[in-house]
Amino acid sequence: MSTPVSPSDWRAAGRWRWPEGLLWLLAFALPALWPGHALIVNEIAIVALFAVSLDLVLGYTGIVTLGHAAFLGFGAYCAALFAKHIHPDPVLGLAVGVVAATLLGALCSLTILRGSDLTRLMVTLGVALLLLELANKLDGLTGGSDGLQGVVMGPVLGRFEFDLYGQTAAWYSLSVLLLLFALARRWVHSPWGATLMAVRDNPLRAAAIGISVPQRLAAVYTLAAGVAGAAGALLAQTTGFASLDVFALERSADAVLMLVIGGVGWLYGGVLGAVVFKLLHDLISAWTPQYWTFWMGLFLVVLMLVGRERLSPARWWRARGEGA
Amino acid sequence: MTLLFDGIAYGMLLFILAVGLSVTMGLMNFINLAHGAFAMVGGYITVVLMQRWDLPFLLCLPVAFAGAALLGAALERTLYRPMYRKPHLDQVLFSIGLAFMAVAAVDYAMGSQQQIIQLPEWLRGRTELWDGALGMGHYRLFIIVVCALLTLVLQWVLTRTRFGSRLRASVDDARVAAGLGIPVNRVFALTFAVGSGLAGLGGALGAEVLGLDPTFPLKFMVYFLIVVAVGGTSSVTGPLLAALLLGLADVAGKYYVPKLGAFIVYALMIALLMWRPQGLFVRKGAR
Repeated sequence: MSTPVSPSDWRAAGRWRWPEGLLWLLAFALPALWPGHALIVNEIAIVALFAVSLDLVLGYTGIVTLGHAAFLGFGAYCAALFAKHIHPDPVLGLAVGVVAATLLGALCSLTILRGSDLTRLMVTLGVALLLLELANKLDGLTGGSDGLQGVVMGPVLGRFEFDLYGQTAAWYSLSVLLLLFALARRWVHSPWGATLMAVRDNPLRAAAIGISVPQRLAAVYTLAAGVAGAAGALLAQTTGFASLDVFALERSADAVLMLVIGGVGWLYGGVLGAVVFKLLHDLISAWTPQYWTFWMGLFLVVLMLVGRERLSPARWWRARGEGA
Repeated sequence: MTLLFDGIAYGMLLFILAVGLSVTMGLMNFINLAHGAFAMVGGYITVVLMQRWDLPFLLCLPVAFAGAALLGAALERTLYRPMYRKPHLDQVLFSIGLAFMAVAAVDYAMGSQQQIIQLPEWLRGRTELWDGALGMGHYRLFIIVVCALLTLVLQWVLTRTRFGSRLRASVDDARVAAGLGIPVNRVFALTFAVGSGLAGLGGALGAEVLGLDPTFPLKFMVYFLIVVAVGGTSSVTGPLLAALLLGLADVAGKYYVPKLGAFIVYALMIALLMWRPQGLFVRKGAR
């Protein structure tokens, strides 16, 4: 992380390579090859998008947050409400979710500009809990603890109906993931993205060379909120349902865990972590449904004691000079 | 008045639960999200002792303290110590992992239902003063008295004893303190154990008021953190005032506007932290 990178290398690292293309092709082929597993592909695509969004905040800018689910949930509820009361078109609903979450992110970015890690942790957590309480209490609008039911989606782009096996849903989510992933990649590999990392590594020095630290923090927080909102909107649209657990602490904690598994400060880290995490989750909860949090906790503790840098796949990738 | 009284009792309880956390954070700059697990251990020790072996309630409290303290000391030596030098993100993940493990383990061992503590006869009644203007539950009065005594003892230990001055020196600057020959590691281990013990005691006392089930550490984690974040980590009085404020706000909020629930507390916390990011009561010159 601390090895100096020349500007041309840095930009070159942002270029696409053919193995990645293969990887994405494979991802898009999966729902067709195994229609029975399309639902889990869909889920993985959504949490991967959420983890990528968290990576922008946590990995690239170093803002410690345990409340990123606030934006996921807000996007989910906005998209679900839009579909239920205004218009069932998914793409339009997605846009509404993104815009709403971006606005919320802009508002919340005011809260994370000052203070230590602990203060930020508390404030981000507080925002998520605040929204959870709101969604719980405004039961006329959100359905309270029963969740928001009866969301019926129209066909994607007016052509592709959502089917029972989730193939359409999987392709829809994968497309949005690919689009936003490419965008996020453009951001972090621009000069602007490099200043984010400068802020992460040393805010004082970053400010001294003329980077406006509060402005960078606010901007990245807002952008990431929008991406998380997209993930939330996808979640609500493909399941036809929005419930209180989208705001839960577990959501945020899971996303942080995914990032840590895949590698922080590396966009594929979020995607890789999401794949590993979801598969592990399925495996363990099939084996012991009630106590799987124990194994997840144990995994976290061991991972932290051993040191996450030592296990991170990002290191192997970077060692070959192919950092994404 | 009754509301005020209940709020104070609640606040005192939160203070006892959270004070250990505030010291660990102040001393080693360590974010420990698993603090609630120690409180839960204390609560469950009390439940088991009272239900299975019929021990009297008063005898259970010191046992809960000792049990949680021992567990705290053991974990500090084995697991926590290597984590001190790691970045905050690692600490957060590590301790939340511990909390998840505690939740699942207790769920496995004790079942997920709410545990009930049978209070002794003399703590169950309720006294009305001034024609019911002030209704005091005896148990809440007991909590206030116990917690007030503990606070005084803590304050005395911190300001008047040799151990207290060593601890304060280590909080201010661990490196200089170590240079002066203070065994910072041992001071810290002891403090961690006492802090965990106090949490255990708080859990035992609070089992009746707060409710005790396996999700306790996660449910109240936020409250402990609020106390510490708002109260600052450099004194006993800061967290005490913050805990009282939080207790009053929560009880009053839930009574007057039940529709909003915990909303008020969270909003208050965010507002306070935006206004004073380092906490409300911070000594000048502290880091």
